This record gives sequence, C-alpha cells and structure tokens, in this order.
Amino acid sequence: MKRGTTASIVKYIRPRTFPTPFCAGCGHGILLGAILRAIDELELDFSQMLFVSGIGCAGWIPSPHYNTDTLHVTHGRPVAFATGAKLFNPQLNVVVIGGDGDIASIGGNHLIHAARRNVDITVICANNLIYGMTGGQVTPTTPRGAHTRTTPAGNPESPFDLARLVAAAGATYVARYSVWHVRPLIASIKKALQHTGFSFIEVLSTCPTQYGRRNENPTPVGMLRALKENCVTMERAKTMSLEELTGKTIIGEFVG
Amino acid sequence: MDQALKEQEGLLERRQWTKVPSLLRPGRYFMQGDEACAEGAIAAGCNYYAGYPITPASEIMEHICRRFAQLPGRVFIQMEDEIGSIASVLGASWAGARAMTATSGPGFSLMLENIGYAIITETPCVVVDVQRAGPGTGQATRPAQGDVMQARWGAHGDYEIIVLSPWSVQEAYDEAIRAFNLADRFRVPVILLMDEGVGHLRENMAVPAETPIYQRWKDPSRPPFGEAEVPPMPAFGEGAKLLVTGSTHDAWGYRRTSSPQAQQQLVERLANKILNHREEIQRTHRHYCDESNLDVLLVAYGFTARSALGAVRLAREAGIRAGLLRLTTLWPFPEDAVRELGAQAYRVIVPEMNRGQMLREVQRVVPHAIGYHRTDGEVITAPEIWAAMQRALRSDKKHVLEGKEQER
Repeated sequence: MKRGTTASIVKYIRPRTFPTPFCAGCGHGILLGAILRAIDELELDFSQMLFVSGIGCAGWIPSPHYNTDTLHVTHGRPVAFATGAKLFNPQLNVVVIGGDGDIASIGGNHLIHAARRNVDITVICANNLIYGMTGGQVTPTTPRGAHTRTTPAGNPESPFDLARLVAAAGATYVARYSVWHVRPLIASIKKALQHTGFSFIEVLSTCPTQYGRRNENPTPVGMLRALKENCVTMERAKTMSLEELTGKTIIGEFVG
Repeated sequence: MDQALKEQEGLLERRQWTKVPSLLRPGRYFMQGDEACAEGAIAAGCNYYAGYPITPASEIMEHICRRFAQLPGRVFIQMEDEIGSIASVLGASWAGARAMTATSGPGFSLMLENIGYAIITETPCVVVDVQRAGPGTGQATRPAQGDVMQARWGAHGDYEIIVLSPWSVQEAYDEAIRAFNLADRFRVPVILLMDEGVGHLRENMAVPAETPIYQRWKDPSRPPFGEAEVPPMPAFGEGAKLLVTGSTHDAWGYRRTSSPQAQQQLVERLANKILNHREEIQRTHRHYCDESNLDVLLVAYGFTARSALGAVRLAREAGIRAGLLRLTTLWPFPEDAVRELGAQAYRVIVPEMNRGQMLREVQRVVPHAIGYHRTDGEVITAPEIWAAMQRALRSDKKHVLEGKEQER
C-alpha cells in the first residue's frame, strides 16, 4: 500500500473514536490526518510515540483518536507533562498537540521555557485564533480588531507572532504553515519529527463556527480560501513591500 | 467486588512487595529533616525529581540534585514554576518513573489543580509540602501547620487523599519511603506534609539495612482505569496504547463526560480504594497511653508533637495521668484511634500551629476536645502546653479556655 494515503493511515486510528467531535468546517481534521501521513511516510514506530495534549478542541486531535499512548492533561500544561515523560524515557518520540489558547495563553510560560531548554519534543500548535470549545472568546493570537464573544467592539490588543516568539526563545526548528498548505505542512511535520531538539510548528487552522461567522467569513470554504490568499511564503515576502505585506501571514521555515 | 477477585488482588498485592539494600550505608547519621526526606525518597527508588526553589523546601531539591548526579538513571530538573514541576512529575510517572516534587505553601497552592489531575488519572507521585507561615507569602522562614486542610481539600471536586506528617528527622526519612510505596500501591498522589520545624531540624537518625519497595503492577491485559479496585498501570512505550485523560472516563480511558453512572462509579472507586484500606494507611503512635482513663490526652502531629511529648512528661512528673496520641497519617483521618482514646480521657487537647484545623476533625469524633493554637510563626513549647493542660484540668466546665485557646 502506498504510504501516506488515507487507506494507509487508518491503522493509526483508535477503535470506536470516529466520527470526530469537530464541527463542520473545522480545520483540525486536516491536521489530524497530516500528522498521521507524516508519521506513515517516515515509517516511524507508532508504539514508541507519545502524544500529549491539553484542554481545547485541538487537544482532541490525538486523544482519543490516535491508537498509541496518549496523555490528555490539564489546560495549558501539555508541554510540561511532555517534558517529564521525555526526560525520563528519551526513547519515546514525544509530540504535543494543542490550540492557541492551550499552548500560547495559559501554557505560554511552559512553551518558551521548553524552547529555551531545547527539550527534544515536537510541539504542533493548531492556531484557529479563537477559544472554540468555550464558545468563541479572544485568544493571544486573535488579530487586532477581530470580533469575538469577549471583544464585541473589536480586539483592542495585538496578537503574538507565535513562530517568531518561539524562535526567539531558542527553539531549534520553527515553521508556520496552514491547513490549506497540506503538502508543505506534511513535509514540515516530517522534518520536525526527525529533528533533535525542540521543534515547533504553528499550523493556521479554521474555525468557521466560532471565529468565521463573527468576522464576515462564515463558510468553511471561505475560511480556507482566506488562508490561501493571506499566506505568503518567506521567499515571496522578500520581494514584497511593507504595504503589500500588511494583513498577510508569512509561512515557511523560520528556524531549521 | 466479588470474593474471588478480592482474593486475587490480595495475592497480587503481596507479590508486588520486595526489599532492596539501602543506598546509604546502614547506621547512624546526623541529618537535617529536608535532607532526610530527600534520602528517604532516594532509598525508595525516586528516579525523577522536578522542582522550583522555595523556602523552606529548597534543601530537598538541592540535596536531590547533588545525589542524583552520583546515581545512574535518575533525572533531575529545575522547572520554570511549580505548575510545570508537578506536571512534569506526572508525565514522568506515566513514563514509568517514581517521581517527586517538593515545595512550600505558595507552590503547593499552584500544584493543586494537577494534584486533582493525578487523583482522577490515578497517577502515583509524592508531593512534599514543607509548611511555612501563611497565608500568602506570609513568613517564609517561620514554622506553621496551616496547610492541613489545604492538603485534604485543596484540589477541586470530591476525593480522598493520603497525607503523612513526620515529627522527626527519622520519620522524614521513613515516611518518604512509605509515601512512595503508598503512591504506587494505591495509584495516588501522596502528600508528605512536613513543617519548617521538622524540615530544618538536625538530629540523629538511623538508616536500616533494607528498604521495602512496592513494585508498580503493570499487567497490560486488564483495563488501566477500572475493574480492579487499584487497576494496573503500564508505562508509556510498553505497547499498552494508553488513553489517559483527566476527563471522566471508563475502564479503558474512553471519555464519558455526560454519563451519570460513569461519573459516580469513578468518584466512588477513587475514594473507596483509599477508605477500604485505612488500616494499611493509617499510622498513629501512643505515648504514655497505657491507662484506660487518662486525665489529659494530647492529640498532635508534626513538630508540635515533640513539644506535646515534653508536656506529657512534665505532667507525669506532677502525677497527672497524661498521654499523647501522635498522628503520622493525617488523612484519611485516623478517627478510630482518636475516638477510642479520646472518649475515655477527661480532657482532650489538640495543640497545633494553626487556628484549629485538626481540632475540628478531632471534635467530630471527640466532641469535648479543645485546642491550643499558635499563629505567630513560633513553635509551641512543652511548658506552654503543660500550662494549658493545667488550666483545662482546673476548670469544672469542659470548654473553658484562656489566653490563646479559643472557645468552640
């Protein structure tokens, strides 16, 4: 069987866990598959992989769906739990998957310190710009001016540039892609999984239910199209003026 | 649970016990309480420690750091905060470690959410809280016993927990070992509730030739979160495909977030696995308690029990039939021992370095108990307690109190 295909990755899914709990149009299912495709193409020993996730929609990507060791922990703490498991058993291939609220807000301190320590784990942050599970509140990555349940007049605060934040903290592999850019995303996940040291991928995901419909982009297709149109590669960004870059998100490898 | 299963589990429980030679050369040592706690943990096979500096517990971390460097296969890390410390301890525990962290009140407050997580996911670990005067930052270098109720009830939700409180350097060593064994035996976090008095105390202690060790039961063929009263716990990487979650779950770990039966079953089993084994967990010591009807019974724990023993001796010299019931296990509360001795004593006094946290629990089973409290960051002395005993004996009424004692 050709590796990386849907038929080939079904074996990684835990029995009795489908369908997923994700809303229609959620981008997390694409990421769920992309991670498994990367693992399958690399032919990694799935039984030696540990997936750690916290609270939030993205915490459900590995737990309960991935049929290997999964640790679903308290809100914001998956990176710290993962640090303990990895340090005690370095044979484990440890991957943290979480959302922007989990990883960058309540868990922000653990994130930057794990990057500084260069702990040999991979952190994949599914950034959908919103707290989805709790009903659509503002997060540290919500763009300025965006409407959420707790910023009805528009977000007055500036968001984190997560990839640059983690790069500055000392991570040795940092990339940003989106669930629209699946092929480069899979290639990046493969690199991160093989990387020795702290690797971080920010994956822009879509939440039409809690984010899109309050920000004039209520459809799943519309949100994916926005990712396609608003993301520019690092190479292309070098040729663009500051005005042209306004409102754009740079994707690619920041460190590594 | 049916009888056959119960017998099978009893057999299995006995099979998991072994004895290993102690790491330190057997014999007498002059040691500090915090160091003895660290040495007890090392003797018990602690091989993962994560912590964050805090007075008066930092010596435990520093001692472990120094000693782990000499011992192969043991991992030490200073984390970014106490939340990260307990989180990484729990991650290491699931990776197969005997893991521990140590802190004081402010750090203990930060750890409590993840201690609740350890309870619902049945993750063994040892958390040391060397109590200092609070609330808040309080007085970092002064002794207190203000975290007794926080250790019991600090995490949210409904649960039982094991809390041990040593009174000496020797017990800091012994109870650290027992804490690790109870943690793996019952798959629970165990709180070792020290106080600044015991933590910074230096005195003689003895290291025995052998250390009893309870080996974690790992059978991957049985569900890791149910069926058995204390289910087996395989480690990550052993092929068990563990599904661990802090949400309410069934026997194999699948989330059951809206089933009333699943919620009740889990909460009841988590409590009963401790309550059904109270005799095994509860450790109390009787000093001068041979007579059946004492004039005064003191109930004390931690550093205060040392002064209480001194007060009992002063009373005995004066011809008073006084005794001390010393609690080494605070939770589950050893109520049978307290009720048995307390009911027959004319006066029962609970001296403690707080406003009466354990007193209330003693009064639940011995209503005529009164307290003697100090909240000024100073230890309670033997003459003070002896004076309180005399006042209590002089008074006709059972509840007359003076000075620092309070009417209840």
